[in-house]
Amino acid sequence: MAKSPIERFSTIFLIAGVSFFAFSFIASGLVPWLMMNKLHTKTMDELAKDMPASFTKLSQDYPTEFKKHFGAANSASYKEALILGKEIYIAEACWHCHSQQVRPISNEPARWGKVSTADEYQNELQLPQMMGTRRVGPDLFREAGRRPNDWHMAHFFKPTNVVPSSVMPEFTWFFDNNKRPNKKGLAIVTYVNWLGSWNKDSTDEMLQSIPKENRAGFVK
Amino acid sequence: MALVNVSTVPKAETDSNSNLPLVDKWVVKAHFIAGISFFFLALLAGLLFSTQFLRSYLFPGIELLSPGRIRMVHTNIAAFGFLANLFFGGLYWAIPRLTGERVWKRPVSLFLFWTWQAILLATVVGEMFGYAQGIEWAETPMFVDPFVIIGVLLMTVNFYVPIIRTKEKPLYVSLWYFTAAFVWTGLVYIMGNYLPQFFAPGVAGAAIGGLYIHDLVGLFVTPLGWGMMYYFVPLILKKPIYSHALSLVGFWGLAFFYPLQGVHHFLWSPIPMFVQYGAVTSTIAVEIVVTTVIVNFFMTLKGSGSILKTNLPMRWFYTGMILYFTTCLQCAFQVTLTLQQIIHFTDWVVAHAHLVMLGVFGFWLLGIVTHLWPKVTGKEWYSLRLNTWHYWLTTIGLVIMFGDLTIAGLIQGFSWRSLQIWEQSVIASMPFWMIRTFAGSMIVLGQMIWVYNLYRTAKNPIKLGDSQPTINTEHELAPASMMRPAVAS
Repeated sequence: MAKSPIERFSTIFLIAGVSFFAFSFIASGLVPWLMMNKLHTKTMDELAKDMPASFTKLSQDYPTEFKKHFGAANSASYKEALILGKEIYIAEACWHCHSQQVRPISNEPARWGKVSTADEYQNELQLPQMMGTRRVGPDLFREAGRRPNDWHMAHFFKPTNVVPSSVMPEFTWFFDNNKRPNKKGLAIVTYVNWLGSWNKDSTDEMLQSIPKENRAGFVK
Repeated sequence: MALVNVSTVPKAETDSNSNLPLVDKWVVKAHFIAGISFFFLALLAGLLFSTQFLRSYLFPGIELLSPGRIRMVHTNIAAFGFLANLFFGGLYWAIPRLTGERVWKRPVSLFLFWTWQAILLATVVGEMFGYAQGIEWAETPMFVDPFVIIGVLLMTVNFYVPIIRTKEKPLYVSLWYFTAAFVWTGLVYIMGNYLPQFFAPGVAGAAIGGLYIHDLVGLFVTPLGWGMMYYFVPLILKKPIYSHALSLVGFWGLAFFYPLQGVHHFLWSPIPMFVQYGAVTSTIAVEIVVTTVIVNFFMTLKGSGSILKTNLPMRWFYTGMILYFTTCLQCAFQVTLTLQQIIHFTDWVVAHAHLVMLGVFGFWLLGIVTHLWPKVTGKEWYSLRLNTWHYWLTTIGLVIMFGDLTIAGLIQGFSWRSLQIWEQSVIASMPFWMIRTFAGSMIVLGQMIWVYNLYRTAKNPIKLGDSQPTINTEHELAPASMMRPAVAS
């Protein structure tokens, strides 16, 4: 049989197996990674310093529960709530039905606001990133300030009570026996209201576009 | 045509050094049973999840059975429970026969089998209890990941030993694919599960996560699948593959272009555009390579096409190949930035995923189990008619689901672009989601019939070969040289 080096184990192992894979990783994984490293990666502490008003509002909306689970509304409790909220967002696979990515196409900026940029993802709460894979429900990357805390609570408890056509599951375990939010409920609403909260201008702009009489409960 | 190089044909089922058989049928059978059991679990999870979209979820308000968690069970078990287990079974059958050598060690095979099933159960339980990892298709809880890596490493060594030891040189096509798939699988798993979790946030994590999703299909499932086809198709047809040159083009084309595509899962994202363009280009390039493989297999079939009427495994294989070509052709178009504007984030993608994972690789594996089940149990089929029912229910169910979700995806995409209120896209999707659940039920019914048939076959008092043999057994020990085209040697 003719000698055929490309049909040898060692050739296939080293060239196809290791080298081609390494090349692909460098070209489409490492290169964007190194490019992003030029951006500052915000730590959890840095994120928590920038506490939106919705978190303070949460402590006022559910004072007993908030005090019990998080104490006072400050950077430390905000950090704790954000981390737990992200964990819940992953555990419940929210990101399988909600994206966190506004694309520059398909009229998405008209629906949600500013197109998402690389720096918005460069932080520890996007580790792992949550850009998402499917949109059964709407995108959440510009969610902050859109809806009041109690809207979210009612919606998590039974989505069809708020949005009759919704196919979102109910998350009754975010609530205690008195149908008041528990730690999970407070944390997930904190996380959802964090999404886009760094984007102050766009939130204000959005709020201005809502008629005054409909602004009740909106964070400002 | 001298198809068989007599000197390299193993003389008997056992080699002279030991009493152990060349093929460990227990391990093959065990992986088949486990694979089919997990297939069932994955299907039921998918069916259950689909009822949420009809607003009639069977277990509302129960934390452990929350639809989001059940969806992860569906996708993870489909990949690692259904496909991986059945591939293991096929590999334990094919590699010793292709090489004339046993796998490395039987205890390793047994250990790997039980470890793998424990990994799967831990995955299901972990995801149901809220310990999922937040990376697509890597939702396997973090504490399970090290065991998966150990499992993949053991698998690699167990199968590399016969491939390195074999006197059949140069290696046959199937073994190229297997050799590459094993090293890729380990690297892909480590890359995808750890880098975006701990080191690469945001955009970089998305790029690597995209690589992981696509490599799991392209570098784990696809090469194992094609390796199986290059083994079983010529064996059943009793003739060599049409062109060795095309086999080479197909393998090396896949090896080069497939790993470069991952970022196409995040088109129009903030990942640098040149990386996105590269992913799109290599995706279109791989479709040209795919065409060569399809040509190779259909030219091999040429003149023997009537076997698809009589031989069910072959029908599964070639149906899978037609669907593979469909998928890949679809891929070359849907990957363009133009179509991505509409279809990304919609049910179009869900349709595509089902076509690939079940319609192509699932079908091939169902064909392989259908081919091998009488051989590993030593029994005649209880009913060939039930197998035909299995084929048609699964195929029709899948095609309905694919067409249905593809149309739903277009409707969703255009609804979003036209700035209808969001709920309108949900309301418009409702009839399609009903059809999806119906199609899923057809697939589940098909598998129920099949499992009943597999069970009755295993209990069949009629041993294989007692009646007129339905499958020719004489080629079962044929080594690679038999399937190599005469022109290549």
